[in-house]
Amino acid sequence: MSPNTTRRALSSVNLAQRIEKGFIYLILLSGGLLILVPLWWMISTSLKRPAEVFTFPPTFLPETLRWQNYVDIFEKAPFGRYFLNTTYVVFMDMIGTLLSASMVGFAFARLRWRGRDAFFVLTLATMMLPGAVTLIPRYLIFKELHWLDTFLPLWVPSFFGYPFFIFLMRQFYATIPYELDDAARIDGCSDFGVWWRINLPLTLPALAACGIFTFNATWNDFLGPLIYLSSQNKLTLALGLMAFRGPHVTDFHYLMAASTIAMLPVVVLFFFAQKYFIQGIVFTGVKG
Amino acid sequence: MAKEIVAGTTSINAPIGPKRKAKMSLMARREELTGWLMAGPWIIGFLLWTAGPFGAAAYLAFTDYDILSTAQYTGLENFRVMLFQDELFWVAMRVTTVYALVSIPLQIGLGLFLAILLNSRIRGLAWLRTLYYLPTILSGVAVSFLWVWVFSADWGVLNYVLSLVGIQGPSWLTSQDWALSALVIMSLWSVGAGLVIYLAGLQGVPTELYEAAELDGAGRWRKFWSITLPLISPVILFQLIIGIIGALQTFTQGYVMTEGGPNNATLFFLLYLWRNAFKFLNMGYASALAWAIFAYILVLTLIVLRLSESWVFYTGEIKGRR
Repeated sequence: MSPNTTRRALSSVNLAQRIEKGFIYLILLSGGLLILVPLWWMISTSLKRPAEVFTFPPTFLPETLRWQNYVDIFEKAPFGRYFLNTTYVVFMDMIGTLLSASMVGFAFARLRWRGRDAFFVLTLATMMLPGAVTLIPRYLIFKELHWLDTFLPLWVPSFFGYPFFIFLMRQFYATIPYELDDAARIDGCSDFGVWWRINLPLTLPALAACGIFTFNATWNDFLGPLIYLSSQNKLTLALGLMAFRGPHVTDFHYLMAASTIAMLPVVVLFFFAQKYFIQGIVFTGVKG
Repeated sequence: MAKEIVAGTTSINAPIGPKRKAKMSLMARREELTGWLMAGPWIIGFLLWTAGPFGAAAYLAFTDYDILSTAQYTGLENFRVMLFQDELFWVAMRVTTVYALVSIPLQIGLGLFLAILLNSRIRGLAWLRTLYYLPTILSGVAVSFLWVWVFSADWGVLNYVLSLVGIQGPSWLTSQDWALSALVIMSLWSVGAGLVIYLAGLQGVPTELYEAAELDGAGRWRKFWSITLPLISPVILFQLIIGIIGALQTFTQGYVMTEGGPNNATLFFLLYLWRNAFKFLNMGYASALAWAIFAYILVLTLIVLRLSESWVFYTGEIKGRR
């Protein structure tokens, strides 16, 4: 084969590859567009005048940006209050989750005690247990404790540890060299100190993942608040949003503005911390 | 370490730490105590929030209990009513099963397909991955409302787009025939959850395998069926099980978007359970329903696990202390 024909063969391969790449981009970008359209639709509606909301064909860009919608929703419902309530529950839940997952995960991964393996298997089994089964008895327990219509049922359990996060932390601890622990012990460090001073700082990425997942799950949680909260001034955002849906006609510009605001903290957090998101999800999903 | 993370090859039961010596030293005894102390919250929590309620639900399922008066033991009555008299039980079972049966394979197939495309050395990978993952962090009520508006029959963006290509869209959420399909479409929005995991699995497949296969003259399909699919099959199995547990417990969409309607077309099982427990205060009957869904999920999971022996491939386990 002369150098010329080789080059020609190569360039035809290149062309085929380029066309293929083009198709791949086309599919991926159309998919991306499909993901963005609903979000765009929400945001654009949230800025429309009431008269512009119900038009066909719909306008993709609002004719005039009506920021007033975002002011109005705070007057139509105690939206600020909902925000505070949600933030409080999320905050407490995060502290509880991080503390318990870190500690229990450490005990499972790096301490030797009788019953450890049995309890770990139990943890995995609990992860698979559908929440529907324990829903009613838990409600009855909290009722007996007179915790209904308080935030306590929503965050107290987190201090006892959620199996998913214990599992995530345990898997992460297992990647840290054990020689570190041994060295620290030789230097007179207690087992507790090995956790707090040696391991804890090294697991910050995993803790970040746990924290973000908890934030997300608690912020978006609906069933929990629905069952436990009833007073108007105690509602979380998820419940409060229901107020914007009228029985017959819904003011969709308000509903969309409220939904946008409710999603905003989660989206902001995601863009700042997406590295930990993806790490965490890969860590449990692929390694599990 | 990083090289060892080939799709699901690391066993969770691999022993950690060196074997305990026969005689316990002071240090070992202290470690034993610390272990129990540090795992203590979880063990107590397990008894308090999982084992206890689990047992209580088992008892309540055999009672008639409306919270206001004490629970009356009624034997198998709840289960008799559920299986032979309660038509809505079977409606809820059917709706939930159909939803799971359609949405899970679509999610896995589409997620895998997109992950493979993303894995073909393209530019902007991180960007696209972020974009596809974005919807999965959004969930709950706000997203449900967003989709109510997308599916709006007269003013929604979906029917507008359909009208551009000459299709008159159905009335989606208010149509008995289309409501469940609409919720399946909505579930595909969060295809990114699985996608990110498949992508990580794909990136863990050693390229030598593909190179060797190419030398042997393997084409694209051959490589996919004989290398890619087997190697990421554990990941698919994991997603399948997670998907079953999640889909069978769908609640928010049904509650917020359709209220189970129209004409019970979207009466998800958990929604029906919630109604019985917290609207009608039939705690006993609702507990029986809870056990039914638990048994259903358990049986399905066991079947999937049993069947998986024939299609899930585990590479040589990397065992021992990592």
